[in-house]
Amino acid sequence: MNSSASFWRWFWVVVIAVPIAVFIVWANITNPRQFVSTLLNGVTLAALYFLVASGFTLVFGLMRNVNLAHGSLYLFGAYMGWVVGDATENWFLAIAAGFASAALVGFLLQISVFRFMQGQELRQTMVTIGISIVLADLMLWWFGGEIYSFDPPRAIFKSMPMLVVNKYPTYRVVVLGIAIVIGLVLWWFLNRTKVGMMIRAGVDDRNMLAASGVNVQRVFAITFAIGAGLAGFAGVIGGTALSISPGEDTRYLMASLVVVIVGGMGSIPGAAVGALLIGLAEQFGLAYAPTYGVVFTFVIMVLVLAFRPTGILGRRAA
Amino acid sequence: MSAAQWRRAMNSSAGGNAWARPAGASASSPAVVARAASTPPVGASVAFGEAIRAIRFRHVVILLAVLIYPWVATPFFVYQIGGQALALGLIALSLTFLGGYGGMVSLAQMATAGVAGYMVAIFGIAGEAQGGASSLGWPWWIAVPIGIAIATLFATFVGWLSVRTEGIYTIMITLAIGVSFYYLVQQNYSIFGGHEGFNEVHAPTVLGANFSHAIPYYYLALFWALTGYFFIKYLLRAPFGVALQGVRENARRMNALGFDVTAHRIAAYSIAGVLAGIGGVLMVWYNGRISPGTVGTGPMLDILIIAVLGGMRHPIGPFIGAILFVLVQNFAIDIIARERFNLVIGVVFLSIVLFSPDGLLGLWGYVRTRFQAGGVQLKLKGRSVG
Amino acid sequence: MRGSRIGWLGSAIGSAVLAISGPAWAQDTIKIGALTNLEGPFAVPGLDGHRGVDLAVKLHNGMAGGKKIQILKYSSDATPDKAVAATRKAVEQDKVDIMIGPLSGDEGIAVKNYSKTHPEMVFVNGSSGAQATTLQDPSPNFYRFNTEGAQWMVGLGDVALAKGYKKMWLVAEDYGFPYSQVQGFMASYCAKGGRVVKKAWVPLGTKDYSSIISGIPSDVDALVVVLGGSDAVNFLNQAEQAGIDKPFVGGSITVDQTVLNYKGKKRESLLGTASAGPMADGIDTPAWKKFVADYKANFKDGFPSPSLFAYLYYINTQAVLLGLDAVNGDLSNKQEKLKAALAKLEFDGPAGHIKLDENRNAIGDTYITEVAKAADGSFYNKVTHVVHDVSETLGLPKADFQKMGLGNRDVPNCP
Repeated sequence: MNSSASFWRWFWVVVIAVPIAVFIVWANITNPRQFVSTLLNGVTLAALYFLVASGFTLVFGLMRNVNLAHGSLYLFGAYMGWVVGDATENWFLAIAAGFASAALVGFLLQISVFRFMQGQELRQTMVTIGISIVLADLMLWWFGGEIYSFDPPRAIFKSMPMLVVNKYPTYRVVVLGIAIVIGLVLWWFLNRTKVGMMIRAGVDDRNMLAASGVNVQRVFAITFAIGAGLAGFAGVIGGTALSISPGEDTRYLMASLVVVIVGGMGSIPGAAVGALLIGLAEQFGLAYAPTYGVVFTFVIMVLVLAFRPTGILGRRAA
Repeated sequence: MSAAQWRRAMNSSAGGNAWARPAGASASSPAVVARAASTPPVGASVAFGEAIRAIRFRHVVILLAVLIYPWVATPFFVYQIGGQALALGLIALSLTFLGGYGGMVSLAQMATAGVAGYMVAIFGIAGEAQGGASSLGWPWWIAVPIGIAIATLFATFVGWLSVRTEGIYTIMITLAIGVSFYYLVQQNYSIFGGHEGFNEVHAPTVLGANFSHAIPYYYLALFWALTGYFFIKYLLRAPFGVALQGVRENARRMNALGFDVTAHRIAAYSIAGVLAGIGGVLMVWYNGRISPGTVGTGPMLDILIIAVLGGMRHPIGPFIGAILFVLVQNFAIDIIARERFNLVIGVVFLSIVLFSPDGLLGLWGYVRTRFQAGGVQLKLKGRSVG
Repeated sequence: MRGSRIGWLGSAIGSAVLAISGPAWAQDTIKIGALTNLEGPFAVPGLDGHRGVDLAVKLHNGMAGGKKIQILKYSSDATPDKAVAATRKAVEQDKVDIMIGPLSGDEGIAVKNYSKTHPEMVFVNGSSGAQATTLQDPSPNFYRFNTEGAQWMVGLGDVALAKGYKKMWLVAEDYGFPYSQVQGFMASYCAKGGRVVKKAWVPLGTKDYSSIISGIPSDVDALVVVLGGSDAVNFLNQAEQAGIDKPFVGGSITVDQTVLNYKGKKRESLLGTASAGPMADGIDTPAWKKFVADYKANFKDGFPSPSLFAYLYYINTQAVLLGLDAVNGDLSNKQEKLKAALAKLEFDGPAGHIKLDENRNAIGDTYITEVAKAADGSFYNKVTHVVHDVSETLGLPKADFQKMGLGNRDVPNCP
């Protein structure tokens, strides 16, 4: 049994790794510039996806709440950030506003609505669907269907020199940097602070957490606020790169879903791994096979679901 | 209490209030689980006899009303309101069956319906698409069964992917699958016709009745809606249906009792797939065309809204929800600002989920118990107690 | 129990009454349904479409053929299903006499098919510009008084060659309307020796073009960009950041008002971009200037200058009103007089002379433009020259055009 299991594992590794290796070699020989550029694009897109998905997986991991309004919170934070940024001409304030406004909405939702539906996961998800429909239409009403762009400091919005490709958009590298920083901050928060410890304990066993005297509702509220705030924050960052318009909410919700399904539900490192896989798949698909690029990501998702249903780094919940 | 009365009482509470059940083993319904294990299968003739005795006056009135409806309503109301509501209701019935009775809310039902619709267009007769896809031109009585069969296969595949994870993941996974189907049909030109889809997919003319006309189409949709409705009602009393509800209550216990939980769940997806497939064929004949817009996120969520609106407690729920939804969709533009339809439907949906999770049926039940004699005892029925 | 029995019966009767009755209508009013998009990706242009309809009716004093004109408004969300549903409601429930719309290309094909089921009334296009609507299975009672997507690009190929762009790279969205636009451009560009080395078809709604941009060969002279709305904005932004400094040639909706006016940094790099379309902000004729002035006077909340959609809906509505005038509002006998009048209608719209061909599609003018900066700092499209009487055969002999077929991803091709 053991030897056959490890045989199959090696089989799959070879079946997946060899074509990828062949492709990498071929791409580098024919057009190294395009390959490196696509690689960088994939990694930087993954950074953005990580930012969006981390909030989603945090909320899901602790409160088992599939927050399908996550995309709407992304868009909401982006619009709020734009309003503040436009008024103050300061991009950094816009980022802060994006985070704060979405966090506030998340906090209010948790304490006024979700708190009373503890345990009714399906109902909570339905409520998030309803909220996303209502929010999306309200934002369309208020902001219209036009395209909104941010105005970040000139320094980070030009191109920078880069090996092999010569010029590369600076902002994408900035996004990558921000994602790494946020990842580290989240790691520190979850592993080195008391609240983080409570969250991790809650993810493992919610009932024990309550039994050990912790104010679970407070932890939940903080977690939802942070998760939502991350969405809004990502909204401003992503909106700067790719402009804001209606429809972005659905797109980033789908991205978060796929990233979390692939990477593992409730796991922040899982979100990073999933984001990397999906970002690379999407960009390479778009560059080398534009017609079907979008389908690649979903093929990956189906494969993961077929062979590791809880995701690559996911664990079965308690 | 006679066996029939006991069974009826158990049946109504087993189908009730899918929301308020907390996750985990603490709130299972041992009665349903025990019944699945110990009750001998209800024979078809016994079930039929019971069904005849269960007919009430209101059932007769409704049946008569839907039968004579086309003769008193305008063609627009027959086709765009009645026909469309029946087709959508059938697709939503598949979701109610899976979600309300199987505990697995699947957002991929519209995608399944779309698969059937696309297959009818591809295998049957359709107009030429600018993208280059062409149809095979086979007659409808070959294309339609093929379409439904492929839709069922698709649904089984979706089920196989989704059932190995916990209940709440189903929504996520089926949503992602549904959206990926949308992208597939939007991007693929050689088979699915891309963004434009297939035009001129007309319903056939059988024995002189042209099913793209209002009244014949209505009766066709009514026939299949009634078939689906009675089939589900029968299924829920049959061993499979009872076992499925047991699986919803407490899968671990059912497993211990020897039921193959995974097989039951996948089978439920397949059955729902057949229903959605039939609904999909009805939809493609209703619209006379199919395109990615038919299976996008909007329509996917619409099916969920319809199912929740009517109430997942009873198979009539999705049809009630569909009628209300279609009425709002067509006449909201006359009452409130045209462009705020989504807001209205979203607020209605949100209110239902927040205040009356059993949808309109729940509201109706609540109203009935409030105004009926002996209301105190019956009030407890609305709030399920374990 | 009895209460519920009456309740059921009562609600059944009530809904039956509702279903039977329809709205009553006066004999001296003509009801016209106007369908645009008020939801979905074209929500903002859709609003401008309604403005175009309203303006046409207002400038005609709300009357045509001696009868009062009543406009009923309908909305769709760019999906053909919703467009047909809205049209069906207008025609069968609200009993409009004439239908104007829809907005987008695929919706147009669906509504054209629906119009075949109601041969007794006139359907006029809104702004949809897909070739297939009138070139493939045309409907005898569907009229399009605007030129379509391919016609809008005729002449741009010559301009590109004149600017010295012998090798070009193309990016466009992967659906019907861009196919038509590309065919219109390449029909003459390829015939006169230009080469499009690669066509990058991107899925509709793509935001991240960086990988596509990285595939741009370094030896092309210019880029053909046929993207709309936010797609165009993203592409241009990202191309600039990736260090691409090649000139662009734009499709008809690539550098239109909605893109030139987006809220953010002004795109200086757009100045000088050549494009083509059925109209342009900078047209210099008195008729156009009057149209712009009327638009501005009537719609304080509109764009600084009427958009493409306002113009297209305007001329289609104007055609309907002129047709009604010609027959004195006679809609009897399945509107046969109106149909005949519309088929041979010729008139001068704000942007040139319009007449119909044998498929009831317009033959009109195409304007070649360049992006320029106005005195007040805003961007607009300046007209460089006009191509007159462009028909659906795109300037080619009919036999050649039929051999080429409708535009799609591989037609035409000149790598």
